[in-house]
Amino acid sequence: MEIPKSFLGYKRENGRAGTRNHVIILPVDDISNACAEAVANNIKGTIALPHSYGRLQFGADLELHFRTMIGTGSNPNVAAVIVIGIEPKWTKRIVDGIAKTGKPVEGFHIERTGDIGTVMKASKKAQEFVMWASEKQREECPISDLWISVKCGESDTTSGLASNPTVGNLMDKLEPFGVHLCFGETSELTGAEKVCATRGATKEASDKFMRTWSAYNDFILKEATDDLSESQPTAGNIAGGLTTIEEKAFGNFQKIGNCKFVDVLEPAEEPKKGKGLYFMDTSSAAAECVTLQAAAGFNIHLFPTGQGNIVGNPIEPVIKLTANPLTVKSMGEHIDCDVSKILSREMNLSEAGDELIKTTLKVANGRLTCAEALGHREFVMTKLYRSA
Amino acid sequence: MATDIIIHDKKDNVGVVVIEKITPKQDCKCWIMEDDSSTDIQSMDEIPLGHKIAMVDLKEGDTILKYGHDIGKVVKSIKKGEHVHVHNVKTKKW
Repeated sequence: MEIPKSFLGYKRENGRAGTRNHVIILPVDDISNACAEAVANNIKGTIALPHSYGRLQFGADLELHFRTMIGTGSNPNVAAVIVIGIEPKWTKRIVDGIAKTGKPVEGFHIERTGDIGTVMKASKKAQEFVMWASEKQREECPISDLWISVKCGESDTTSGLASNPTVGNLMDKLEPFGVHLCFGETSELTGAEKVCATRGATKEASDKFMRTWSAYNDFILKEATDDLSESQPTAGNIAGGLTTIEEKAFGNFQKIGNCKFVDVLEPAEEPKKGKGLYFMDTSSAAAECVTLQAAAGFNIHLFPTGQGNIVGNPIEPVIKLTANPLTVKSMGEHIDCDVSKILSREMNLSEAGDELIKTTLKVANGRLTCAEALGHREFVMTKLYRSA
Repeated sequence: MATDIIIHDKKDNVGVVVIEKITPKQDCKCWIMEDDSSTDIQSMDEIPLGHKIAMVDLKEGDTILKYGHDIGKVVKSIKKGEHVHVHNVKTKKW
């Protein structure tokens, strides 16, 4: 199949391109969720991104909070942003961070105004933003403007046999066209970590990966009770035939095809070394991982599943694929791309990769994903430790 | 062409059931992805889609190989054709 050279996206002020055109209402902290949701309810076509944190965090955990907030607002799938926080200082820090992209952003703080006054002021600005954004047209963008993140979930052995290698086949075919790619799930590479380390493009990248994996593994060993029963692998993984974390890891690892990673990113860190594949240090929990990848600027997500994970994200469209025929049959409304014919050998891996490329381009051009149509907007902050 | 079991790598001592289930004493056709070769095995157990079958006799302490790599250790001996899962295999990691 000839790879399409372009897609129809929204060109942004900083030169990036979006596959979506969202106006978001971003609460800085948990107690500003009510205000943000009230604004999104008032002004049609905007979406609020409520979450659970943002108070009394400190150190690396607070830095991650800011990086996730600013990164989410800066993502090219977002046209404009309203930021609402309880206090002016942290609100302004997020507004200033997002403003560097050149997109419209305005902040509101609730102290000394109250919810009702803040909702009124923020709603007026949100209306202005959404009507401005609604005039934006999709334009032809080079395929290199796609930043594709990947993460698998509710995996089973069909993931490692077929749906994850399909994603790997797509990576092998699209990498030469200058796309950005990102995989994560540090803990879920356990057992395959030494093989994964050999896939660093440089010794520096390989060494950084091993340091990152070891730190995560040490944390798990420190906190684990007798074992990680039904967490890694999950009960769903086990029902699907996965027996150990090592088996899950080698299946997981199939998603990167033959690509080599150019760098290892902190959670929610924007890639800075140009095109190619990046590894990001993330949890293996679906919503946490996708939220971090979206905050790093990735604008379209591929999510292979075995038993049927249903996750979505408010700003980054999440494309599901599966090779499990029972999942296609029982949960078809969640599956954007069916590659189950690989198992019956009626489809080979390259044909499956081509199907996934076609689906990815359709979604990049604006077709809704199943998760979007079903209203999945999981926005989950990663928290590193307890607040002060 | 019909395949009941797929094996990732020639070195693997387990295969994955890719039909809805296999039943005891079923003669199964296996496809080895690595070199596109075929083999046969008779099952001993009922094994559902996605679950593993032992391609050889395995004893306690043996290593399970899948993708050509170590994915865990045998904790209860397994006969060729039997179901391989959490009841007889454990991680070497956590």
